Amino acid sequence: MPGKLKAKIVAGRHLPVMDRASDLTDAFVEVKFGNTTFKTDVYPKSLNPQWNSEWFKFEVDDKDLQDEPLQITVLDHDIYSANDAIGKVYIDIDPLLCSEAATVISGWLPIYDTIHGIRGEINVLVKVDLFNDLNRFRQSSCGVKFFCTTSIPRCYRAVMVHGFVEELVVNEDPEYQWIDRIRTPRASNEARQRLIFLMSGELQRKIGLKVLEMGGNAVVGYLQCFDLEGETGLVVRAIGTACTLEKISTLTSASTTHPSNSSPSKDMKDSPQAAPSTLGCRSTHSSPVHSASSRLSQGFSVSVPTLLFAGMGSGGSAGKDAGPLKALMRQQTQSALEQREYPFFTLTSFPPGFLLHVGGVVNARSVKLLDRIHNPDEPETRDAWWEEIRQEIKCHAKALGCHAVVGYSESTSICEEVCILSASGTAVILGSRFMQDGPLDTDHRLSRQPLVFSTGAERVEGDMGSSISLGFEEVAPPGCGFCHIPYDELNIPFPAQLTNCYCCRRYKVPDVLFTTIDLPTEANITGKGCLIQARLCRTKKKAQGEGNATAISNLLPFLEYELHTQLMNKLKLRGMNALFGLRIQISVGETMLLGLASATGVYLTALPSPGGIQIAGKTPSDITYEQHISNMQKKINDTIAKNKEIYEVNPPEFVEEVIGSPIPEPRQRSRLFRSQSESSDDVSELDLSYGKKDAFVLEIDDTDAVEDIHALLTDFPTPPGFYSCNTEIMPGIQNWTSAIQMFTSVRVFRLNNANLTNQGLNKIFSELCENLLKSFYFKLRSMVPCCLCHLNFTVAIPEDELIQVAVTAVAMSFDKEQTLENGRQSGDKTLIKAITENDEQLQFSLELNAELSSPNPLSSTKGLSDVSGSHLSARAHSVDYSSFADRCSSWIEQLRLKAHIIRRGSVKTTSSLEKASPLPEGRSRSLRRNRSYSGSSVAVVKMTPLSLLPGAKIIKYLGIINMFFIRETTSLREEGGVSGFLHTFIAEVFAMVRAHVAALGGNAVVSYSMKECVFMENPNKNQAQCLINVSGDAVIFVRESELEATSVQPQSATTQTSNGGEGT
Amino acid sequence: MSVELDVFVGNTTIMDKEVYQLWLNGYTVNDAVKVRIEGGIMEECEASAEVLLSDTMDQYRTFQMCERLLHHPAKLANQLLFQIPPDRQAMLIERYYAFDDAFVREVLGKKLSKGTKKDLDDVSAKTGIMLKSCRRQFDNFKRVFKVVEELKGPLVENIRQHFLLPDQLARDYAAIVFFANNRFETGKKKLQYLTFHDFAFCAGQLINHWTVGAVDNMMDDMDVDLDKEFLQDLKDLKILITDKDLLDQHKSLVCTALRGKTNVFNEMEANFKNLSRSLVNIAAKLINAKDVRDFFIDLVEKFIEPCRSDKWTSIDVNLYLIHYTNSVHILDTFKHHGVWNRYMGVIKSCILRMYHE
Repeated sequence: MPGKLKAKIVAGRHLPVMDRASDLTDAFVEVKFGNTTFKTDVYPKSLNPQWNSEWFKFEVDDKDLQDEPLQITVLDHDIYSANDAIGKVYIDIDPLLCSEAATVISGWLPIYDTIHGIRGEINVLVKVDLFNDLNRFRQSSCGVKFFCTTSIPRCYRAVMVHGFVEELVVNEDPEYQWIDRIRTPRASNEARQRLIFLMSGELQRKIGLKVLEMGGNAVVGYLQCFDLEGETGLVVRAIGTACTLEKISTLTSASTTHPSNSSPSKDMKDSPQAAPSTLGCRSTHSSPVHSASSRLSQGFSVSVPTLLFAGMGSGGSAGKDAGPLKALMRQQTQSALEQREYPFFTLTSFPPGFLLHVGGVVNARSVKLLDRIHNPDEPETRDAWWEEIRQEIKCHAKALGCHAVVGYSESTSICEEVCILSASGTAVILGSRFMQDGPLDTDHRLSRQPLVFSTGAERVEGDMGSSISLGFEEVAPPGCGFCHIPYDELNIPFPAQLTNCYCCRRYKVPDVLFTTIDLPTEANITGKGCLIQARLCRTKKKAQGEGNATAISNLLPFLEYELHTQLMNKLKLRGMNALFGLRIQISVGETMLLGLASATGVYLTALPSPGGIQIAGKTPSDITYEQHISNMQKKINDTIAKNKEIYEVNPPEFVEEVIGSPIPEPRQRSRLFRSQSESSDDVSELDLSYGKKDAFVLEIDDTDAVEDIHALLTDFPTPPGFYSCNTEIMPGIQNWTSAIQMFTSVRVFRLNNANLTNQGLNKIFSELCENLLKSFYFKLRSMVPCCLCHLNFTVAIPEDELIQVAVTAVAMSFDKEQTLENGRQSGDKTLIKAITENDEQLQFSLELNAELSSPNPLSSTKGLSDVSGSHLSARAHSVDYSSFADRCSSWIEQLRLKAHIIRRGSVKTTSSLEKASPLPEGRSRSLRRNRSYSGSSVAVVKMTPLSLLPGAKIIKYLGIINMFFIRETTSLREEGGVSGFLHTFIAEVFAMVRAHVAALGGNAVVSYSMKECVFMENPNKNQAQCLINVSGDAVIFVRESELEATSVQPQSATTQTSNGGEGT
Repeated sequence: MSVELDVFVGNTTIMDKEVYQLWLNGYTVNDAVKVRIEGGIMEECEASAEVLLSDTMDQYRTFQMCERLLHHPAKLANQLLFQIPPDRQAMLIERYYAFDDAFVREVLGKKLSKGTKKDLDDVSAKTGIMLKSCRRQFDNFKRVFKVVEELKGPLVENIRQHFLLPDQLARDYAAIVFFANNRFETGKKKLQYLTFHDFAFCAGQLINHWTVGAVDNMMDDMDVDLDKEFLQDLKDLKILITDKDLLDQHKSLVCTALRGKTNVFNEMEANFKNLSRSLVNIAAKLINAKDVRDFFIDLVEKFIEPCRSDKWTSIDVNLYLIHYTNSVHILDTFKHHGVWNRYMGVIKSCILRMYHE
């Protein structure tokens, strides 16, 4: 069925001078969609033409609407010679195809030329009339919403989470076609830009079809990537999580949409009293990076998971017989969750109740040799490669006793014809919550009942019971539940040190926990978090073809193991015990491999306190040597002590009741499995752990260990007032102001000295990263106190001897004073806020009150029923008695706290009533706003890599922004050298993103990321080229303060909390 | 081992006021880093020289990219490349168009031509202002001049609207444009004691009272040229010195009024005819463009210096000029009261401003 696309060209401004004689331009515009082209009249002799054209109408198939961009070309009319192109604008009309997103694109968009950059702006109007398509066999998937955000978008509610969707399309890269020899660089670049636009459109459409097939209406955590394979082609691939989302009506949204900002359960974690009063616990484990491989049968390429989340118990049973992977694989196929091909989720933060237990990080890599893709319509090899990797991931998850993988992502690194494919995620056990409201869930609920869940069955049932009795939004999962091991403690898949949970004391927890997800909002943590990076460089011999691939795959396990050791050491050095948002990037070059692991370290209250790091010399012979060692030891101990102070890591003292070895000397071993794809089918298993040695005794006779120690101690401490993390929001900081600054920074470093040792390289690489961070701290010093959030490092080896590091992050200020008040008050405030809001919304007050007023008393009630009513094992029962008493007292404490809160709340209400009616306040606010906008005709568009804006509420998602640009220059020196060139280009990309968001009617981009930044230079020829791919979600937000100003009732606490969110 | 490429781009363009000033002052990146290090920023922020260098380079690049926009400040507000909050935009513009008094004093009244630009290295050497900064200031003058030269309507308002400058700065630019257009001589040794602000004040007076726009707001002629008709009429004032009766009558009126009110009465009485001749001659000559150029030197040589050598105070000068102006209205044969007032009003305030005791 066709749709009608309408475009109108209004005007241009700031056009470049195209006619030197008159210093003016005779501009006209070509509007092209598919194969249809319209032209405007020539507007003679003006740099600010007013075309005011008619509506150009394109009647097209909705499939084309999804695939094709609207292409607008501005040209200079020339009587005697060919018309000169000024530049182009590609408009993705996808946001207009969804009824809930934007309705019109209207505004000034930069005219972009791949050689000259932005050359003026054009004002356009674009609309789409779409007719309903009832054809079952349709090719299009209009109406499926896409979100880059890796959590449930703020103004939606997840009715159901269907699962993993993936797709890839391949094509020849125009840059490598024969025709490229004869066409201009501009033509070549434009062909590439257009092709990638088309391919992403097609990809999105195909993914959309899969989503519709699964019964979903949206893709969350949509991650699209390009592989510029060079000669062999161009691959565009995407993964995402299919969901059924339901828009929350504006009335109710206030209380339910801020899971990370104001959800009481999160704030509670800061008050120590709240911590122990949690639900029953089950043991968990720490998975260090569990990287392995096994060959599995492949064959089916399309994932059609039609079944819902019914496989609650599967993980449990999986844990029981976590035996040989292959056998396990076959045994588990019964379970509903596993019937789908990949139980993967690209989400990194979840609605409460979704995540039950976290196993640990799983990742898989494989090295491939690129070959020509013969038939672009059947990209079998690439599909097969990814399938293989995903199967591995699935196996690893199973080995950890988990039935699902969350925080899942895929990436590649290509150098010449070698390609490393990587996938990683966090193995978890998920809750059943997202089938309950679904229309299909009744059938599956039954299948869920007969569960064999060795350790956690009662807990799960209790959970379900409570969710049924209380209505399902209410289940606030305990702050420690997710830490409990998902596998059977008697049958640990790899050596780990288990202790009883430090929160609930009932279930097993590992000594360390690594994950790729964001810290769950309900998690109990102690102190603040910090960015932890492991950086590694390994030299490699130059080689060709298979030899090269083999060499690389031989190096990979070592690289990964060392990265892991570094992470572990740095974590200990900061006195923390868990990593979130772990992202390991391995980049391949001709003569080296780079590894960069970034994560946010935190101290999970539920996990044991990490031991220190001990240094031991192998040959304690002479005294100076001993001295040296003890000096080093002292330094390390001092650093740990200092770090504990900085990050406020001072866990409450617990009476040790450890089963097994004592905590201060935790042992860690990891087993690394490795896959080498071009090798034969046998499972190669490599145990790279320190063998029988204790991992945290570093022997400094070992050169590696010396290096490790140096690496540990050379890390620059963050200057006062700064925090950094690579997760969405810094654990332990709540009172954000609305001042944010997103930035992108790129550095390229040349290694002039060809014969560097591994150590030398390591040092250089590490310094490069440290210096970048230092630069950020310096540049953003005016924002102190602030936190650099979502620090996303991307490393690449663009050519031999070059290291490129690109970082995108956001600096967010927070209020210092409130922090000092120990977060408790802010917790109170948000609570009050929630309550006041609640009271307004009468129809919800009953359920929501239960949820919002006190998650802790609630959970302790649950705990009560848990203890009394469930069939606990004898041991768990006896252990639990003591903690039960604990819980009771803490519950009383909670009640007291709550009473206190209410009192405080009422005081505030009266005070604000005395003040004045909110009307004048509102007026002054709007006045202020007007003033700030005056003098600037360009609307401010905020950008952030996070899914939220502090102090603001996202009220509408306008659609996905996915843009690809190429910029080339043949006058590099004149444009300020490589730095000048790239600086301009990045600024231009920002400008285009902002302009397109503004044209959609938005005022911010969330979940923004720069997924590709490929920079190539040839200084001798005075040339450079750069490709950038960015994406994000265009949104409309409103300041919380403005929201409240419009509401008639004077709200006491609400105005209070959001006051910080004023000044931009 | 070297950093080959190093960029930092913020969604909101980050600009450090201090670095901006260093850039405006014409410092090279390395010199700017030195200045910053001396300013103690390293200790304050725990930064290294490397970090400072990287930051300074980034900022310099940003400023260079912005410079093109600053040439047309109105564009800064509706360009899309840099997201700069309005208050920052205002700061950028104001500082970019700010100038050094020492510099402007050197080029005030000169033709804003290529020739003058070539001599800027001399100006730079003389004033100690870096050549780069001199060039920027000169180019600013020239740019403003070129834009408003062709425009109709009030000069100050035009400048303010086109360059988004704050009021005082717009007035100063109006003065510079006015001086450049009329090529007033300001460089003579005798005029060296006058500051730019003295001249700017005088320019304001001239613009407000002697141009066409001054008499008739509705006239859409320009503010930069003096009112030709008025200059023509000034010739009629000659009667005050050519008609002997009138001159004597004028003198006696002034002396009567002044007697006993000042310590330099005798000098006033003695010099009256000379001074009166000077002022009226200046008026009569203004019709010639060349004499317009000498307006300020004439005022100094023919009026201010004689008074100063007789040790008149400003109060004396003021008193003298008041009575000198007003007494004319009592002369029954004198008919050109309008022109006289228009002329003397400006002359009086200029002389008072220029009269440094």
